[in-house]
Amino acid sequence: MWEYCGMARTEEGLTKALDLLKDLRESFWKEVRVPGSVSEFNPELDKAGRVADFIELGELMVIDALNRNESCGGHFRVEYQDNGEAKRDDDNYRYAAAWEFKGVDAEPALHKEELVYENIKLQVRSYK
Amino acid sequence: MKFNLKVWRQKNANTPGKLVDYSIDNINGDMSFLEMVDVLNDNLVRQGEDPIAFDHDCREGICGMCSMYINGRAHGPQHAATTCQLYMRSFKDGDTVYVEPWRAKAFPVIKDLVTDRSAFDRIIAKGGFVSVNTGQAQDANNLPVNKAYAEKAMDAAACIGCGACVAACPNSAAMLFVSAKISQLALLPQGEPERNNRAIAMVNQMDEDGFGNCTNIGACEAECPKEIKLTNIARLNREYIAASVINE
Repeated sequence: MWEYCGMARTEEGLTKALDLLKDLRESFWKEVRVPGSVSEFNPELDKAGRVADFIELGELMVIDALNRNESCGGHFRVEYQDNGEAKRDDDNYRYAAAWEFKGVDAEPALHKEELVYENIKLQVRSYK
Repeated sequence: MKFNLKVWRQKNANTPGKLVDYSIDNINGDMSFLEMVDVLNDNLVRQGEDPIAFDHDCREGICGMCSMYINGRAHGPQHAATTCQLYMRSFKDGDTVYVEPWRAKAFPVIKDLVTDRSAFDRIIAKGGFVSVNTGQAQDANNLPVNKAYAEKAMDAAACIGCGACVAACPNSAAMLFVSAKISQLALLPQGEPERNNRAIAMVNQMDEDGFGNCTNIGACEAECPKEIKLTNIARLNREYIAASVINE
């Protein structure tokens, strides 16, 4: 995640991350060893469940970062920039993304929550 | 550093437990006690054994989750510190360290060092909820609070509800905990309306859950990681007696 879906992301890196995460998920579910049993208080099972959640969350982050072809806030896609400044695409990506889980190997469905600004005009933020 | 540990292992509340010997090496003195147990658990998992179950959460001394009875003392030898704030440098290299759960009838063991402390939640719930919508909060200056009372209330509110007082008490009394919760509200004007009902309800719940009563031993005050004062128990008794008379 740090390497391919960190502060700067590229389409190539994110595609690679998706493959790596798929392998990681498969090996996790095949090879995970949880000490203790299910019939008693088991904090290790709790930790294993959290790791499974993190893998899912990581995958979701990569899918969304790959889908959003712009740079915006903490999401900096190397392909979309003006000399190091984030290049936003308000016409196509002015929405908050909510992804619907459709099954483990199925493509999740994108639901867009449009962002409507009544009092401010959208413009480029410049630190220069 | 190297330690010989004698850790209480217990499968569940219905199975008798026992102390099990473990030895651990290469421990850094700057590790907290919980981090030392993490290392031990890591070793146990690698050996295919069942790791030791223990409660922990914030690991910065403010949540009240960690609850180990170390060498016969609640939260170990360091004064006014929770187990997560106890560092291995407080022990000598090669020491034998006993680790047990809180022991009290009202805190049944769930597994190993984890006990069920929901009795405290039930006592808190009996204290009542301030959930009536009364409009906007008024200006703070409209409710003048004597500084001495404000400070006493703040000191009582420092209680994190870990249960060390119960574990340290030979009577397994929860009175230091209950008195801290009652004091922080009774000392302030905001706690005034339900003051009498609260004292009666919380004390009744404390008795119902099987906690003992105070005989002025003071072990709770000595072991409390937040230095809650015994004078709170005097206030609790006063609140309870006054409420009993008023409610008659």
